[in-house]
Amino acid sequence: MIKKSIHEINKKIEDGSVNVVTAEEMVTIVEELDAEGAAKEVDVVTTGTFGAMCSSGLMLNLGHSEPPIKIQKLWFNHVEAYSGVAAVDAYLGAAQISDTRGIQYGGAHVIEDLLRGKEVNIHATSYGTDCYPRKVLDTTITLEDLNEAILLNPRNAYQKYAAATNSSKRILNTYMGELLPNFGNVTYSGAGVLSPLSNDPNYETIGMGTRIFIGGAQGYVIGNGTQHSPSSGFGTLMLKGNLKEMNPDYLRAASFSGYGTTLYMGIGIPIPILNEKLAAATAVRDEDITTIIQDYAVGSREKPIIKNINYSELRSGSVQINGKDVPTSSLSSFKNARKIANELKEWVKHGKFFVSMPVERLPAEGLAKPMKQTQAVPLVRDVMSSFIVTIKRDQTVQDAAKKIWENAFNHLAVISDTGELVGILTAWDISKAVAENCFDSVESIMTKKVLTCAPNEPVDLAARRLDRYGVSAMPVIDTQRRVLGIITSDNISKLLARRY
Amino acid sequence: MKIKITIPTERIHNPIISESIVETGILINIMVANIDSTYGELIADVSDLRFDKIKKAMESRGAVVSILDRPIHRDEEECIDCGACISVCPMNVYSFDNDWNVQVDEKKCIQCGMCIKMCPHGALKLGD
Repeated sequence: MIKKSIHEINKKIEDGSVNVVTAEEMVTIVEELDAEGAAKEVDVVTTGTFGAMCSSGLMLNLGHSEPPIKIQKLWFNHVEAYSGVAAVDAYLGAAQISDTRGIQYGGAHVIEDLLRGKEVNIHATSYGTDCYPRKVLDTTITLEDLNEAILLNPRNAYQKYAAATNSSKRILNTYMGELLPNFGNVTYSGAGVLSPLSNDPNYETIGMGTRIFIGGAQGYVIGNGTQHSPSSGFGTLMLKGNLKEMNPDYLRAASFSGYGTTLYMGIGIPIPILNEKLAAATAVRDEDITTIIQDYAVGSREKPIIKNINYSELRSGSVQINGKDVPTSSLSSFKNARKIANELKEWVKHGKFFVSMPVERLPAEGLAKPMKQTQAVPLVRDVMSSFIVTIKRDQTVQDAAKKIWENAFNHLAVISDTGELVGILTAWDISKAVAENCFDSVESIMTKKVLTCAPNEPVDLAARRLDRYGVSAMPVIDTQRRVLGIITSDNISKLLARRY
Repeated sequence: MKIKITIPTERIHNPIISESIVETGILINIMVANIDSTYGELIADVSDLRFDKIKKAMESRGAVVSILDRPIHRDEEECIDCGACISVCPMNVYSFDNDWNVQVDEKKCIQCGMCIKMCPHGALKLGD
């Protein structure tokens, strides 16, 4: 039974005799020596990750102006920051987008620009008080001019992350990148074998107060991250670090097409090997870390799980979906994760970084809850018209024209003999048939590719689809493709009129 | 060589590609084709020696033919080697080397631009 203390390990770091390896190297060491032998040999295992961490931001203090201002609204290069904290404190979120440039530039870009020493424009407004008389302020600052510039990241370093794919027929632009139609690709994020929390899954040494590598500087874990969900293996960390000590190699702004801005953070956490249990935990391999592939075609919180998968499969370059090889893309950089684990290893080896025990353990149990919603989400069935005129596919164009005229209804649902929806016919289709002198059956002039929706779908999703495809109505069908009604842009306008 | 054939709206109803192939007897390998009732754009491979002849045949029918000789350019400062580009490229231009550096095989590029939108770091560009 091996037992070491943090104090003993830090003494070895001080006198240069410490044995430190990366979590990747630890895999083979434990294979060769077993956990007990490895715990005897190795004092510290370093981890690393470098990926998109949207829940990041900068807490800063601007210093007081003359005359002083109590800032109510604040922008950095047209990106709004939250300034409802005292007079000249503010929080600039990485995912906040520019008022003028949209998702091309956001809080993350301002943070990177500051770190690179660039000048940043500030615009601030206030209502004015006796103690803070000023109402408007415009100035230009650099990182040096700020009193404090502390990265305060509410949710970083996910233990692992669900991979993404797309079963629909169109490209989806998501925070998991471009997802190609018909399961055209799979994207994933996370450093697998090097992932900090996956190497200490019981959160024995990673906890509140743990000293870490963050953006190239030394920083700290300040608690569990938001949405920390340890019972499902999706733990997260809340982190802080001084931007003024960071390095742009390990902090990069990014923008996901059609989604928005985010901050790529480089995080490294050392794990002191206090016993063989920790040695065994740090020998975790890509194939031991399992996650899921979710279908982003479903615009719901509960995305269907396509399959279970491990990081070794994801990192191999392709995974099997429905018997087909589907290429994978990583959104996080394994090369940089490895660079961080190695850099941290050098710091420890050369006595520049000491390991620490948490002052409080992170919760090892619990699940993140979904949002409590007090207002029911209107569903398609709540607003659709259940009156819809149908016509059989083999009826004549004249029958169709008659039906439209008699019912004063612009859309005819075309059905098969067994009552399944096979097409849609509008007054416009009939005009076209008349103009072209084509009077065959309904089937020959109807639109066969019909957009449809289900009765239990939220109206918001149906509205987005009507808008995207520029159509004014969609038949509502059940799972047997039987027509239940129709939802029109008119139904949706009425719903909105009720709501506001 | 890889070429781009653009068919303007006013000629979209004419069988330009078929006529040109039949007239010249030159085979082209169509790799990407986006054609609808308003516009057409195709990417194809054709032998270097036969390019002038097929270009002439197509352009006499109203198409615009250009050589795709400016492949994707990667800004190595911006690139963080995540590999997001790998799975969206239809031509397998991108791959990882053994050290997880992204490698770019520019010769395969057909300038479709899929990777440009995918890159979170704006590191990929077409043209100058």
